[in-house]
Amino acid sequence: MGRSVRTVRPLLHAVGVALMTLGASGVALAQVESGRGQAPPTPPLTPRASAPIDLTGDWVSVVTEDWRYRMVTPARGDYQSVPMTPEAVTLADAWDPAADEAAGNACKSYGAAAIMRVPGRLRVSWADDATLRLDTDAGSQTRLFRFSPDQATPGPPTWQGESTAQWELPRTGRGRAGGPPGEPPGGGSLRVVTTNMRGGYLRKNGVPYSDRATLTEYFNVVQHRNGDWWLVVTAVVEDPQYLRQPFSVSSHFRKQAGGAGWDPTPCSSTW
Amino acid sequence: MGPHALLIDLVAMDRPPVSIPRAAAIVALTLLTLAGAGRSASAQVELSGSWAARNHEDGMERGPGPYAVDYTGLPINDDARAKALGYSASQLFMIERQCGLWPPVYLVLGPFGMKIWNETDAVSGETTAWKIGAWEDRATTTIWMDGRPHPSEHAVHERGGFTTGTWEGDMLVAYTTHMKAGVIRRNGVPSSDQATMTTYFIRNRDLVTVLAILEDPAYLTEPEVITKNFQLDSAPMRPIGPPCVPGYEGAGSDSVPHYLPGENPSIDELTTLYGIPRDAVLGGAHTLYPEYRKTLRDTYVRPEHCVRNCGGPPR
Repeated sequence: MGRSVRTVRPLLHAVGVALMTLGASGVALAQVESGRGQAPPTPPLTPRASAPIDLTGDWVSVVTEDWRYRMVTPARGDYQSVPMTPEAVTLADAWDPAADEAAGNACKSYGAAAIMRVPGRLRVSWADDATLRLDTDAGSQTRLFRFSPDQATPGPPTWQGESTAQWELPRTGRGRAGGPPGEPPGGGSLRVVTTNMRGGYLRKNGVPYSDRATLTEYFNVVQHRNGDWWLVVTAVVEDPQYLRQPFSVSSHFRKQAGGAGWDPTPCSSTW
Repeated sequence: MGPHALLIDLVAMDRPPVSIPRAAAIVALTLLTLAGAGRSASAQVELSGSWAARNHEDGMERGPGPYAVDYTGLPINDDARAKALGYSASQLFMIERQCGLWPPVYLVLGPFGMKIWNETDAVSGETTAWKIGAWEDRATTTIWMDGRPHPSEHAVHERGGFTTGTWEGDMLVAYTTHMKAGVIRRNGVPSSDQATMTTYFIRNRDLVTVLAILEDPAYLTEPEVITKNFQLDSAPMRPIGPPCVPGYEGAGSDSVPHYLPGENPSIDELTTLYGIPRDAVLGGAHTLYPEYRKTLRDTYVRPEHCVRNCGGPPR
């Protein structure tokens, strides 16, 4: 017993020392992270400065899925794998691309709920410290992802709607995906919710979504072992009018070193 | 000496007492190790559960299966194309081929959801492996997380391959080698036993997007990239899988069903039904990029109406 006490007492002392050491290091770390011990609190980082992943740059869509529905305009009535309501089918059966063109609705298949499926290139940049901008060459569309909801400008529905963005962070991980080579990615994603969209087409052959639809997207980046960067966009469209269940697809884009191939084209109803 | 050994040291009361400096060092090291481990673990995400497939893309491919000659969207080379054109689905009737199972990439090619669970070390609680449950035609996938190396390049190749995993931030990255030769599309587009697959499990709230990147020096001119979405499902899945029991299905045993070069009767099926030019039907990396639409613009003729496999709700 006495031997045990003699053993335990120094151990308890050691635990205390270790905890104090840990505590001190924690305080020191907190001081380092906050800049100075007694300095006034620093303002929060802007969305741009706090980005856990880097989405900026030029990306090209690599069409390995749904090729027959994306690379060409499918035939009227080809609705494979879209959970349409009967009302949506009736509408799509009456699809008339020439009438759309004549009515100035050539961009119906380039709206926010569909544009990431359109083969083309993306150019992502920061419009300001709280707004990420995504341009497409196909259809020459611009999407604005606003991190500050109060920046949203209410108004009539538009093809690209109003998009509210937020970073979704892993609980730890200080790396920065998309950063310099060799720096370990820390993870995180961009969540974007888009509403106030003008009704458009999920597919070019008239598969509709209504102006009541909501689009939720997650943007993730991955660096493959061969060095390529991939942007993976997971999208869910919910539409109480034209979809029987949320429509969920994912699209992938490979990062380019520059703007090669950037080829802005106008919207087209027929092609 | 690992952390378990340290703890054993601390509780072994009948051993000679250790000095205070040594004990302090041990305890501090242990606490720091545990604190570090906690941070590392918290960057990961929970993947366990039943995940329902969302087959709103590649519906034909994942469900009933692709057309016999539909290589659209595949960066294949001439060898792969020639082998695929020689394939007959009647091979699946052969007793010796009925239980071949699809390769691991079937996770994203097929229609099924996935049941995932982790196996843990009984002492440390660390995940030693992730398991993706089998289906009738795909074997269980084991993703080893314990740092073991891949086998020698001369080791036997299994239908399910050999897979290890690491966490990159909040993303599980699995790397599969040692697969048997198989297919990358269920109409016979081949993959070789030199193929490798990197699979990224990306969780966003109740969704998991699986990104699979296949590389095959024998049959692909660039990586084949496929994604598939899964939705967390409160209904438990019951993975069922092998053993498979083959049975006689009427195929003779004296030959392997196939097509000789130039004799595949389905080569123009997609052109006839959907207007897709033959060059696109036969795949190739050049057909995957937006620029190819300029070529298609001159060669594609859109049919007025869809006549087969058109989807949509019952009417």
